[in-house]
Amino acid sequence: MAKVLMKGCEAVAEAAVRAGCRFFAGYPITPQNEIPEYMSSRMPEVGGVFVQGESEVASVSMVYGASAAGVRSMTSSSGPGISLKSEGISYLSSTKLPALIVNVSRGGPGLGSIQPAQCDYYQMTKALGHGGFRLMCFAPATLQEAVDLVYNSFDYAERDRNPVLVLMDGCLGAIMEMVELPEMVEPDRKKTKAWNMSRFPDEKRPGKGLSPVYPEFVLEKENAARGQLLKSWEENDVQVEELFLEDAEYVIVAYGISARVAKEAMLKLREEGFKVGMIRPITLLPFPKKSLRNLDYNRVKGIIDVELAIPAQMHDDIALEVMERAPIYDYGRSGGMLFNDEEAYDAIKKIITGGAQ
Amino acid sequence: MAKVYSRPQSLLPVPSGFCPGCLHSMAIKLVGEVVDELGQLDNTMHIIPVGCSTLNLLYWKGDNLGSAHGRAPAVATGFKRVCPDRLVFAYQGDGDLASIGLAEIIAAANRGENFTVIFANNSTYGMTGGQMAPTTLIGQKATTCKMGRDPQTTGYPMKMCELISTLDAPAFVARYALNTPKGVNEARKGIKKAFEYQLAGKGFTFVELLINCPTNWGMSPLQTLDYMDTNTIPYFKPGVYKDKEAEV
Repeated sequence: MAKVLMKGCEAVAEAAVRAGCRFFAGYPITPQNEIPEYMSSRMPEVGGVFVQGESEVASVSMVYGASAAGVRSMTSSSGPGISLKSEGISYLSSTKLPALIVNVSRGGPGLGSIQPAQCDYYQMTKALGHGGFRLMCFAPATLQEAVDLVYNSFDYAERDRNPVLVLMDGCLGAIMEMVELPEMVEPDRKKTKAWNMSRFPDEKRPGKGLSPVYPEFVLEKENAARGQLLKSWEENDVQVEELFLEDAEYVIVAYGISARVAKEAMLKLREEGFKVGMIRPITLLPFPKKSLRNLDYNRVKGIIDVELAIPAQMHDDIALEVMERAPIYDYGRSGGMLFNDEEAYDAIKKIITGGAQ
Repeated sequence: MAKVYSRPQSLLPVPSGFCPGCLHSMAIKLVGEVVDELGQLDNTMHIIPVGCSTLNLLYWKGDNLGSAHGRAPAVATGFKRVCPDRLVFAYQGDGDLASIGLAEIIAAANRGENFTVIFANNSTYGMTGGQMAPTTLIGQKATTCKMGRDPQTTGYPMKMCELISTLDAPAFVARYALNTPKGVNEARKGIKKAFEYQLAGKGFTFVELLINCPTNWGMSPLQTLDYMDTNTIPYFKPGVYKDKEAEV
């Protein structure tokens, strides 16, 4: 299929539509406004529903209601709005309803800034809301990857009966790139039967309920089942890009736009003879633990965590796998300030040549 | 001998877990009777709120979907937009609807969402043990206003029918008191009208039912009925606040 030039937010919205998303509810917040704007006119074209909610809190609850009606449903926001959606996402996870939540992240905490940042790593991977639920979290670095991950996200959400997160920073939401859009699919409604509360044609069944409240002994079992799910993600669903790990003495760990910029710096450093490699988590949860754990630490002299977040938030996950076998250096900007490839090159070179702490 | 009265088919044949004398039992029974009468049980979707009325999930025989505190109208919006032919109703208490869920109820009403909200107003947070609600009456005692509600610091009871009836979109807005047989009969008719409007696609319908809370009001059930007559009803006046059909 021919490639088309699209803006990030619009491309992921179209990818969701092509994956069969037929319900979108959202609330304005920069830098993701182009997603609801696009959906407001696109949804009616494909027989879907768009609702501009009165808040993020309400929007995610609308997604919850629509998902219970068996349609692929989506909402999007940015950090401050994701905080508000966390209530509804906890309920989605509790009632085991699939949904897609896209975070086009910006600077924080608080209202922060509207410029791109990666300061929602903890929020997205550790404790998005109350109750200890976890969601798969994808972090694309290019628009094509964002389109593909969003397109596949509903399959994961329905397989696991759990919402799925896509974390794309404000850069990715705003850039324009050539993308190849996937085919329009018609989701198999039969697969939704376990949670679908709409009535199938001629369906004869007693009333059924979906409830976010459980008797204690059932809830304990549900919690345990979710623990097993987390383990299965780590065994089966890790996605990671590994570059030059066979000879790397320094390994950059970065995701999303940071990885994309740091990759340019890495290539320049390699031209100069520095043995630099990269681990780029595509799934932040499950985190690519093995990539870091199994590095040859007789050769690797240092790990360089590059993020648009200060302090670096992925650092802790890296440290758990490195286990003090090599020093971990952090480089990045924060608050909506960015770095370019030359700045990243300078900073990484300084670390490698011993000029940095 | 003909059987003239029985438990509604729309409710499961289980004992009620509501406190003795609590009119929540009456309210959900009325909803069940109306759904029976309309032959709509298989078609209903009961959006369950948070509070004492969460217990409805144990009694409602048809489909039901639990929601977060106050978010029932948003959940109902999502479900109903996808399934426009279903009879969707949320049943919310006063803390759920008039405090934490104020944005959701007003916005859903203002969008004219084609579902029904049954609003059970007992002037207290029953499930959590009797804290002050947005609908607690002036001077009425609660565990968070032990000397009685003081409007100087806590404002006045929220009049939801009056608020919602100022909006252009809602099709039917009415309040009934369940402390007398007359009020119960009128409420049943009101609920039926709301559901019929919804089935005809007329838009948002809102039925407030004034009920009691013997446990947290610290009264016998009979005393609560008198209290409602002398205190609740004079403030929350029963009546039809908006009826789009009657306006035509």
